[in-house]
Amino acid sequence: MLQKGETAPDFTLEATPEKKVHLKDLRGKNVILAFYPADWSPVCSDQMTLYNEMLHYFEKYNAVLLGISVDGAWCHQAFASARQIHFDLLSDFEPKGAVSRAYGVYEERTGISKRALFVIDANGIIQWSYLSPVNENPGADGILEALENLKK
Amino acid sequence: MPTLIPPVNALDHVLGAADATIELVEYGDFQCPYCREAFFVVKELLASFAGRLRFVFRNFPLSEAHEYAMDAALAAEAAARQGRFWEMHDALYNRQAELNNGLLITLAKELELDLHQFREDMEAPKLLSRVEADFESGIRSGVNGTPTFYLKGKRYNGDYRDLASVLTE
Repeated sequence: MLQKGETAPDFTLEATPEKKVHLKDLRGKNVILAFYPADWSPVCSDQMTLYNEMLHYFEKYNAVLLGISVDGAWCHQAFASARQIHFDLLSDFEPKGAVSRAYGVYEERTGISKRALFVIDANGIIQWSYLSPVNENPGADGILEALENLKK
Repeated sequence: MPTLIPPVNALDHVLGAADATIELVEYGDFQCPYCREAFFVVKELLASFAGRLRFVFRNFPLSEAHEYAMDAALAAEAAARQGRFWEMHDALYNRQAELNNGLLITLAKELELDLHQFREDMEAPKLLSRVEADFESGIRSGVNGTPTFYLKGKRYNGDYRDLASVLTE
């Protein structure tokens, strides 16, 4: 898993069947990458549902949040629409898990992304990373702390 | 282990004895079905640990997921301005299935609140800031869903249905 101080590997991934997101285009902003195993986990305790509530807190720190899983773009679209998700969910779908692998957070045995968080600064350098136990929602306290440290 | 930030203070809604030895804090959402289930668990805890348990409720409305969560939180805070937070808190969970904006007014009437004041407070930026401050403190405290509980200032990661046995230990 990539650590603080390393350059964040660039990528271009589909957010919807019509929209691609290129990491490099986000230079100048802080980027939060939230790798997660799969769409459609239970509602009230779901990590993406929680982050969805926090977008305006992230904006205060000039930060953009991107979710990443190996689900396809159509699956993400249905999930985002069902849960009213207002940030991009990226499809690490083809070649499967390539971006997750580049960040060192691909779970080979089950073929899904691990539950991992990265905070990347405006210059594209990883400033914080965290691997969560797969069954545990890591919340957002670590992300906020990392974003606060960036301001110092 | 995530800890409660800030600790319980004068701004909090508190039930139970001030000198209680067990302090239980919940971050909850009035429209969350699991929070409703936990509400009945907490009610039983307050009865069986009377005198030893102090319970605090903080707002954590998942307003994107739950249409009325934010308004319900504001209604509870508006009731608090008239000294009736807990009555509104209980009523909201008891009648969660009927939750909509009309219900909030109905409950305010049933609690015999000053309706003019209630409506005005629901719109007050000050109340919104209070709910948002609760939410932000929840994030800082490591809330990762609703309900999330804190026992003596530390996040409780177990099932809330097991709280009674945990408190007995």
